[in-house]
Amino acid sequence: MNKLPLIIKREYLAKVRNKSFVIMTFLSPILMVGMVVLIAYLTKLNDNEKRVISVLNESDYFSTDFVSTESTGYIHFRDINLKAAKDSTDALGLYGLLYIPHDSDLEKVANESYFYSKEAASTHVLSGLEEIFQDRLHQRKLQILEVSTKDYAELGDKFEINTSTFEGDQNLKGINELKAAIGGAFGYLIMMFIIIYGGFVMRSVIEEKTSRIIEVIISSVKPFQLMLGKIIGTSLAGITQFAIWIISAGLLLLVAFAIFGIDPDMLNQGADIRDVMGVDVSSPMPLPSQFMEYFQEIYKLPWLMLIIFFFIYFILGYLIYSSIYAAIGAAVDNETDTQQFIFPIILPLMLAIYVGFFSVFSNPHGPIAVGFSLFPLTSPIVMLMRLPNGIGDGGVPIWQVVTSIALLIVTFIGIVWLAAKIYRIGILMYGKKPSYKELFKWLRY
Amino acid sequence: MNNILVTNKVTKQFGQHTALNKVSLEIPKNCIYGLLGPNGAGKTTLIRIINQITYPDSGEVFFDGELLKPHHISMIGYLPEERGLYKSMKVGEQALYLAQLKGLSKSEAKARLKYWFDRLDIGDWWNKKVQELSKGMAQKIQFIVTVLHEPKLLIFDEPFSGFDPINANLIKDEILELKNQGASIIFSTHRMESVEELCDHIALIHQSEKILDGKLSDIKKAYKNNIFQVGLELDNGASLLQELEAKFQISEAVNVSEEKQLNFKIQLPTNNSSELLAYLSGKANISQFTEKVPSANEIFIRTVQDKDAHE
Repeated sequence: MNKLPLIIKREYLAKVRNKSFVIMTFLSPILMVGMVVLIAYLTKLNDNEKRVISVLNESDYFSTDFVSTESTGYIHFRDINLKAAKDSTDALGLYGLLYIPHDSDLEKVANESYFYSKEAASTHVLSGLEEIFQDRLHQRKLQILEVSTKDYAELGDKFEINTSTFEGDQNLKGINELKAAIGGAFGYLIMMFIIIYGGFVMRSVIEEKTSRIIEVIISSVKPFQLMLGKIIGTSLAGITQFAIWIISAGLLLLVAFAIFGIDPDMLNQGADIRDVMGVDVSSPMPLPSQFMEYFQEIYKLPWLMLIIFFFIYFILGYLIYSSIYAAIGAAVDNETDTQQFIFPIILPLMLAIYVGFFSVFSNPHGPIAVGFSLFPLTSPIVMLMRLPNGIGDGGVPIWQVVTSIALLIVTFIGIVWLAAKIYRIGILMYGKKPSYKELFKWLRY
Repeated sequence: MNNILVTNKVTKQFGQHTALNKVSLEIPKNCIYGLLGPNGAGKTTLIRIINQITYPDSGEVFFDGELLKPHHISMIGYLPEERGLYKSMKVGEQALYLAQLKGLSKSEAKARLKYWFDRLDIGDWWNKKVQELSKGMAQKIQFIVTVLHEPKLLIFDEPFSGFDPINANLIKDEILELKNQGASIIFSTHRMESVEELCDHIALIHQSEKILDGKLSDIKKAYKNNIFQVGLELDNGASLLQELEAKFQISEAVNVSEEKQLNFKIQLPTNNSSELLAYLSGKANISQFTEKVPSANEIFIRTVQDKDAHE
């Protein structure tokens, strides 16, 4: 009789019935939403702070430039010296003092202007002030050059080159980054899953060691079966958790739509996305039609292929890493001893994410992207970032996909074999904190 | 085929360390076989090989006449020395799981567990969590799980550690009952008292090698050295003692004149005691005359020391 289903069932139930699992599953979506709301609230709070700056203008310029706005207020001092201005700024509790000296030449005036403040001035405030000076200097130079403001505005037209593939598919600017971001989300998901659930596998192995049940179990089943059952059972629990999160996120979204009175159909019909999302209309954003193009482009992505490959890379990558985690759990007696072994596992995962973000985003088919999407310890993450570009023409060459999966499978077999050996010896070893040298010795027992 | 288990020159090395060196054992059916040896002698390694947890580097193991294969697992019940249970699982659920791992169907396992829980008077533990149990209570569950699938061969590694004397006795009776029902039992320990009470056969493992094995009664016979414990009632004990000391080796002599009682141990050159008995019966009233049979403990210590002295 095959005992694997029994083990999987026990591991699954042991995980799912665990109180902390239940709490985490239902609490984290709430925490997540709470966090977003909190961040939004704090950001708003930060933006709303109005700063008042006093201005001591001794020059003939800038008399009309410093006008109070929503975020910055200006108070104009007159007929007092700099010292007195500083004192009264401080006494009034204002943010700072802008001093503009007297001179006939605008450039000189600008160069010798100073901003005094109690603490180091925020860059936000400074750039606001600098902008005003720059504008004035610009206009002055345009006057000297005898160029009208209107002519200048025409000069400033931005230009973006249109791109297209040989087949004539129009490319949208930034769509590569967008695609990589979607792949990146998949890759990130895999990394999180590996770190969280690999850790669960490891802890479960340690628990069996410390409770001394391990020898009872492996007199009935092969250690390899137990290890595999543990990995599969734990990952099924993880998938359950993710499923609950996705469903509850969907429900929360629906609830949010209902509360804010947004009709989800509007999104599909291509309504002005900025209105829907409540974005300030005056802010410089792509036109609504362009938004739709992005949406269409994302919609056109080979989702079925992506999801299939997500599962292939996810399963293989997860199996490789979690069997390493299981071996670590077997090698040590308690969790504090795991640190020295965990770091080398997390390293390639982090590397994959960073290489993905920095290299794949800018050049999805460059040599670094290709290399890391073939290397088995990073390929599940990096390849998924490349795949939204499609497979074959214009996308990832078929041979690279095949090679990376083949390498993953070979590595999977090799690593599981090695991990099972360490596991088999380690689970029966007590009281020793093993070194790498020791582990290497176990491989030959 | 009279042996349930035979090992043939089983050798196991861990790196530089030899855990077992050409150990050959024959474990007869329907007996309690004591596997004895000092700590670290290799007992646990041998047991793990029998349970196919580890594998020998060379040599073979035969189970009931067949080469040991994975499917024999369900015919072996093993109570390891390092034993425990899942802490957060309920007792009944856990026992069911372990029984199913041994190949029992769920309904079968349930029925048998009910029988055993009632038998050991722990029926109301079913829904308790293991962490609520005491160590001795948990040991009972482990014992049940070990014997539940009615294995042909049972292996108990230090089964009485962690039990109070009452429960240890209970378990001892259960082990003897299992033997009466036809099971063969390997009993590993370094506590000699329980060996005397339980074992029919013993094997002594020392420094990875088997240095002694056979029927316990035969071994005891072989280790007898013709020492007799004698108790006499007579008036003048001192003179008889002197007389005897001239001819034989006498030890632990105690002469209590007031009670006219003389006790001593005497070493004879042969096992023939009738001559001495006839001689003594003419001189005194014999209150005690028994041959001193060495205890398992003495045999154990002597064999191990002899072995060490030869090296």
